[in-house]
Order: sequence, then C-alpha cells, then structure tokens
Amino acid sequence: MLSRDQVLHVARLARLELTSDEVERFSGELSKVLDHIELIGELGDLSDVPPTSHVIDVENVLREDEPRPSMPVERALESAPDAAAGGFRVPSPGAA
Amino acid sequence: MLELTAAQAAAAIKRGELDAGEYFDFYRERAANDQLNSYVWVADERPELDTSGPLGGVPVAIKDLFCTEGVPSQAGSKILEGYRPPYTATSVAKLAQAGGPLLGKTNQDEFAMGSSTENSAFGPTLNPWDTKRVPGGSSGGSAATVAAGTAPWSIGTDTGGSIRQPAALCGIVGMKPTYGAISRYGMIAFASSLDQAGTFTRDVTDTALLLGAMVGKDPCDSTSIGLPEPVKLPTRKDLKGIRLGVPEELSGEGIEEGVLKVFHETLDVARSLGATVETMHLPHSPHALAAYYLIAPAECSSNLARYDGVRYGFRAEHFSDLLGMYTATREQGFGAEVKRRIMLGTYALSSGYYDAYYGKAQKVRTLIARDFDNAWKDFDFVVTPTAPGVAFELGAKTADPLAMYVNDVCTVPMSLAGLPGISIPNGLSDGLPVGFQIAGPAFSENRLLDAAYALEQAIGFDGSGAFA
Repeated sequence: MLSRDQVLHVARLARLELTSDEVERFSGELSKVLDHIELIGELGDLSDVPPTSHVIDVENVLREDEPRPSMPVERALESAPDAAAGGFRVPSPGAA
Repeated sequence: MLELTAAQAAAAIKRGELDAGEYFDFYRERAANDQLNSYVWVADERPELDTSGPLGGVPVAIKDLFCTEGVPSQAGSKILEGYRPPYTATSVAKLAQAGGPLLGKTNQDEFAMGSSTENSAFGPTLNPWDTKRVPGGSSGGSAATVAAGTAPWSIGTDTGGSIRQPAALCGIVGMKPTYGAISRYGMIAFASSLDQAGTFTRDVTDTALLLGAMVGKDPCDSTSIGLPEPVKLPTRKDLKGIRLGVPEELSGEGIEEGVLKVFHETLDVARSLGATVETMHLPHSPHALAAYYLIAPAECSSNLARYDGVRYGFRAEHFSDLLGMYTATREQGFGAEVKRRIMLGTYALSSGYYDAYYGKAQKVRTLIARDFDNAWKDFDFVVTPTAPGVAFELGAKTADPLAMYVNDVCTVPMSLAGLPGISIPNGLSDGLPVGFQIAGPAFSENRLLDAAYALEQAIGFDGSGAFA
C-alpha cells in the first residue's frame, strides 16, 4: 500500500499538484496496480537476463552534419500561451 | 459511394468512373454529421486533390495525436488546447503525397492512454454497433469512423493494442506493423519504445494499400527502419503449409465464452484452408501486462514532462511562481488516467525502486521476445482472440484501472516484442463484433497480410450493419 506521504512525494517529483481527493484515490488505485505488477516477482532470479530497452536492433544511425534552415522564431512561438520579445515568457522562479 | 472500399474507390477514380472531389465531399459531409463523437475536427474545405498517387485522392481520417500543420492536434488532451503544430507528421505527409488527403482528426484516449476512448477531453466516442458501448481505444475515433462509414479508412497508433483492440470491438481490420516500419516523427509521444502507427480499414486489401503508403525510413526518426520489401496487395486464397500456433496462455482463461466460440470457429476455417493449428506456449506472456504497465508509464512520465505550460497549449491562470505554474498547469491540464500513469511511471523510475520495477520489467521484455523467437521455429504465425471480450458499456470499467488494463492482455506481448499484428473481424458474439489476431515475426507484413486476406475471404464477415 502506498502511503499518503509516498503519493505526495511522487506527485512532487512529477510536478503534479494533487487535490486531497486525488491523493486518497491514487493511493488506493496505484497500490492495486502495483500489487498486480508485483507478480513479475514470480519469475524469480532474473540476474542472467539482459534488459531490453529497444526491441528491434538499430545501431549508430548517423547523418551528414549539414546546416539547414531552422524553424523561424515567430512560427515556434505561435502556440505559446505567453510569447514576448521573441521568447517564452514565464513567471520568475522566485516571484511571490 | 458508401459501399465501395477505399481501394475500389481509388480504382474507380483512376478509371474516371468516380469524381474524386464528389467522393471527398461525400465523406466530408458524412464526417461533419457524425453522431458518435468520432471526430474532433473535420476539414472545412476540399483541398486540391491529386489522383495520380496510389491512394487516388481517397481521404484519410487521422488520429488526433498526429501533428498536422495548422490543424488542431491535441492528442485528446486539455493540456494541448489550441495547439496547431508548425509541422506535419512524416506518416501523414507521406499519405498526402500518395494521394490520401486529410479528412479529419479523430477522437482518442488522452495521449493514447486507455482502452475505451472514455479518457478524452472531448468526451467519449460511441460504438457504431451499439451506442451504449465503447468503441475500444485508444484509437476509438479512428475505429468508429471506419466502422460507421464516416471515413473510407483511417490511421491510429498502437502502443499496447490501441489499434488492434478497437478494430476488434468495431468489426473492422486494424494493423500494427513491426516497430520501426513507420516513422514516429510528429506522433505526439506516449511510450516511445512501443508507439507505432498503423491502419484501420474495412478489409485487408485496403490495409495493404494504406500501409504501403506510410512505411519507410525517415531521417527525422532514428528508430525508423521501413520494411525490407514494398507492401504487396494480398492475393492468397488458401493457407496450405501455414503453421498456426495458438498460445494456451492467451486463448483460454479470462476470455469471454462467446469470443472463444468465434475464435475456435475461425481456427476450423483456417484448417479447412489448409493450415495446421497447434496449441503452443508463450510461457512469459502471463507477465507481459505487468511488464507493460511499468515500461509504458515509465516512458510516459518522461515524455509528458514537456507539458509545462511554457511552449504550447494550456497554461493555468492562477499560480504564485514558476514551479506553481508547472504544477497548476499539469493538475488542470491532464485527465485522471494520464496523471495515474505519470504517477506510476515516476514511482517506478524513482530512486530505490528503479531496479525492482523498471529494470526488472525490461528483463521480462527480453523473456517475452525470446518466447516469440522460439515460437517462430515451429510456427509461421501466432493467433489469438484480439480482445478478451466484446465492446463493453460506457462507464463499466472506468472505476477500476486494472479491469481496463486487462483489455490489452492479448495484444501487449506482441507490442513488447515489437512484432506486427493484425486484427480481422471474424464473427459476432451477442450481436457485437469479435476480432481475430494474427501476429508474425518482425518484418513479415506481406506474409501476414496474405494469411489475413485468405481468412477474410473465407470468413466473409459483413460489417455494413454498423454504417451510420
């Protein structure tokens, strides 16, 4: 069972601000899913098995390092919620 | 026009018997009047149509998560509200070049996380066979629109079953090719080592035609490979010499009785076409779901870190500082299932748990891939029911995440191993469609399409009952 503190810790890592209802709900739901996931413990010692991160072998995909035009700044800013002065405007990290 | 398959329509257009513009307008009108919430956006005007390519000007409905330049692309999420990408996904651009213009964007589970299309910021899509039921997911809009005849064909993405399962629940053909066959460039990412684009069509011939236009290596996606040979239109009428393996782990316990009955009828059809059918084992497949629900959330928690209210989409209105802007934007912008998976993935990757969860899941992935490698020594294909049940009622599984996840039990093993799989409609159970999954070795697409075609011709499934 995931405790309330564990849920809050993970939410902080994930930059999620959860309501107290969500904390309650996720603690139960995630515990249940984790119980199912624990079933992989049945497979016993897997120390000899190499991990697979990418299933179809592809090695060293390279291309010529040739300069090409990049996206114009205005275009890249078109979907921004708050574009200003050719950039993305955000609140100050320390603003009150 | 409604009766024509996409391949028939393309051929008629090329012969000059059908006007591509009228055909486009016919489907645009049907899409605009869709009653199932399959679409989140429909083309407001007819583009210039090029009928010289292999797709002949036959329009394609595209899952919302494919980036389409200047056209809303929200991946079913509030957090991408108003996002109109400055570029188009390679797969969609290739379709357009082949003569398959954009008809509309289809509804989906938010960021492709779900098996019912109920997790969409736009509300659920309804199943055309029974509007009280879900179309499956995550590509539910793409499946429903083809089944209802509001699009000639469509594309979606499959991470753990998101093409094959909704195709089964809507009574149409759905194909996920080998991982790397189609570029992922411009597909809004969920779990990058699993995400793969694929097709929804009325029949297997349409699948081959549409797939052939999308595959290829792309300099913008270094994991893309393409296929070793061009996709051929299927012609095979029998299954002589074909060895089908039926994994005991995926064809018994947990599968609805009605689905199993239809499955066994299809195995008889396969035998009558000359195939041998044998029970076999994929010994690690019972653990595939657990491995999948660690790997996919882990990758999602990383991929979705980019949604912070800075560069695109939604930003919360009230916050005190930069960190508060991130957390408030993510709290208000993501739906419950997406948050659940971000939480699960963050937990699985967090200090102290990485080896026990994510590291172990990657090892199970190796074991599952080896199971299939062994299977190909004795079998040409592995066949299973596509989904454990028929379309369920809206709301039936939303309160229990695990019950929802079990929908993917027969499709997840192939995803973890990167293998191609196709679901073809093979009958009805309680008046609702059932799907038959055929999976093959990596890059066996042409053989797979041939086998699916032979079975399709012999089964003779009629899906026109779902036309709107």
